[in-house]
Amino acid sequence: MQQLEAARGRAHVPLKRRAEEEAWWQSAPWWVGIIVAVMVAMGLKILFDEDYDLAWKNIIPGVWITIRSTIYIFLIALILGLLAGLGQVSNNVVARNVARAYVELVRGIPILPLIFTLALVIIPDVSAAVGAENSVPNDWRAILALALIYGAYMAEIFRGGIQSIARGQTEAGRSLGLSRRQTMRSVVMPQAARSIIPPIANDFIAILKDTSLLSVVGVLEITRRTRQYSASSFKFPEAFFTMTFIYLALVLALSTVLTLFEARMTRDRAGER
Amino acid sequence: MNMISVQGLHKTFNKTIHAVRGVDLEVAAGEVVVIIGPSGCGKSTMLRCINLLEVPTEGEVSIDGADLMDKGTDLDLVRAEVGMVFQSFNLFPHLTVLDNITLAQKKVRKRSKEDAEVEARKQLERVGIPDKADAYPRQLSGGQQQRVAIARSLAMGPKVMLFDEPTSALDPEMIKEVLDVMLELAEIGMTMVVVTHEMGFARAAADRVVFMDEGVIVETGPPDEMFSNPKEERTKAFFDQILP
Ligand SMILES: Nc1ncnc2c1ncn2[C@@H]1O[C@H](COP(=O)(O)OP(=O)(O)O)[C@@H](O)[C@H]1O
Ligand SMILES: [Mg+2]
Repeated sequence: MQQLEAARGRAHVPLKRRAEEEAWWQSAPWWVGIIVAVMVAMGLKILFDEDYDLAWKNIIPGVWITIRSTIYIFLIALILGLLAGLGQVSNNVVARNVARAYVELVRGIPILPLIFTLALVIIPDVSAAVGAENSVPNDWRAILALALIYGAYMAEIFRGGIQSIARGQTEAGRSLGLSRRQTMRSVVMPQAARSIIPPIANDFIAILKDTSLLSVVGVLEITRRTRQYSASSFKFPEAFFTMTFIYLALVLALSTVLTLFEARMTRDRAGER
Repeated sequence: MNMISVQGLHKTFNKTIHAVRGVDLEVAAGEVVVIIGPSGCGKSTMLRCINLLEVPTEGEVSIDGADLMDKGTDLDLVRAEVGMVFQSFNLFPHLTVLDNITLAQKKVRKRSKEDAEVEARKQLERVGIPDKADAYPRQLSGGQQQRVAIARSLAMGPKVMLFDEPTSALDPEMIKEVLDVMLELAEIGMTMVVVTHEMGFARAAADRVVFMDEGVIVETGPPDEMFSNPKEERTKAFFDQILP
């Protein structure tokens, strides 16, 4: 009797689903095609129009600066975020409050004013205070500024991920004799990674885009080069168009890499859940 | 000297909830003590104070002579000697059964991977699921998960095993398979403190039954005496409620 009902249930579902199912052209990822088409059109324009080609040649040295800055900022922010995230869930009163103050301060200030303040005031002043005046090159002030900002954003991701793991997991680890640190490392973190990795990957892309803000403190990355070239040549449309193309290409490349990475992570952990 | 010694234990949460209000409990080596009492009377809190998952507000706790309230005592080492089995199993979902059982052996006992695996398989054999070593927890039934949790604790070679309602989250048909493992442990002389509503287990395995209510121990005695002839009114009322 039960089996009969189960069988009937199975028969019903696909019938209903089929009626609601979209045709292939309704569910196809057309947006990918649109983006590729836009990229190809832009690329061809740059390739075959001399003015655009000239703009390209002037901007392209900034790409390396952008990429290098992105990677440094991401790695430093990752470490800061992990430390501040762990700090926020720590038993240590000092660590907890310092971490919390850092995160709240950064999150309470718009990103552009904070870059000015950090790169032009706080970092030079701190380095002077420890007796190493002018020891931090300009590019590194900018990199550290954005890393400090994203460190606070990532701290929230780490904290949320850690706190999403049930308390019983920590208790089971501790009652087996694992120390707090061992429990965090072998029990909590591997599970939290599942919810931490996607938003961290998102921030990686956000950092790439936000390196453009570093143009305001004199880093010769893509945006600054574009503004210099356009101001001296008066070829504004060519320069801005080419800049946009370059950013789009970089972001698409990075998000593709990150998507593949995430897919691999999920496949490796398929057994868990 | 007693294996577990609890004296004048108090635990207050948030300065207001007085969960345990002065408990004395001595458990000898090899003794099996079953703790019963109404929900919210402080059984879990008392148990969790024995391995310092909760820090007592007041009182003395020692395990095999090691004073847990002494700052010089390495709590992690003591916890490795005190196995704890939870109502909700708390297996590590990202690890296979084998890795669940070998993790603490390697990190705390510093055993080699090979030695830890040999021990893990031995304990899986003991709890009756030697074929599940490579499964993930979610692939197991509740009863199997709880048996893995027991194996995980046993692999540390504990002096004491604490059980907090180990069968309360299980479907009826799985309760027996877990209780059988616990009965066997009792028979080989493991020191056990068990919070449970399974009166059959208490009758069969307990040397002593402790009845708690409102944060204190109301009455304690051998199981047959407690069940057939409780002295305190509160104990009688509790049995009238739970026994058919
Ligand atoms: N972490 C906690 N924070 C606040 N109150 C708690 C906490 N743990 C337990 N309590 C309270 O302490 C009392 C005893 O709880 P518990 O020891 O879990 O009882 P039992 O296990 O006998 O059901 C209850 O009133 C419970 O709400
Ligand atoms: Mg309880």
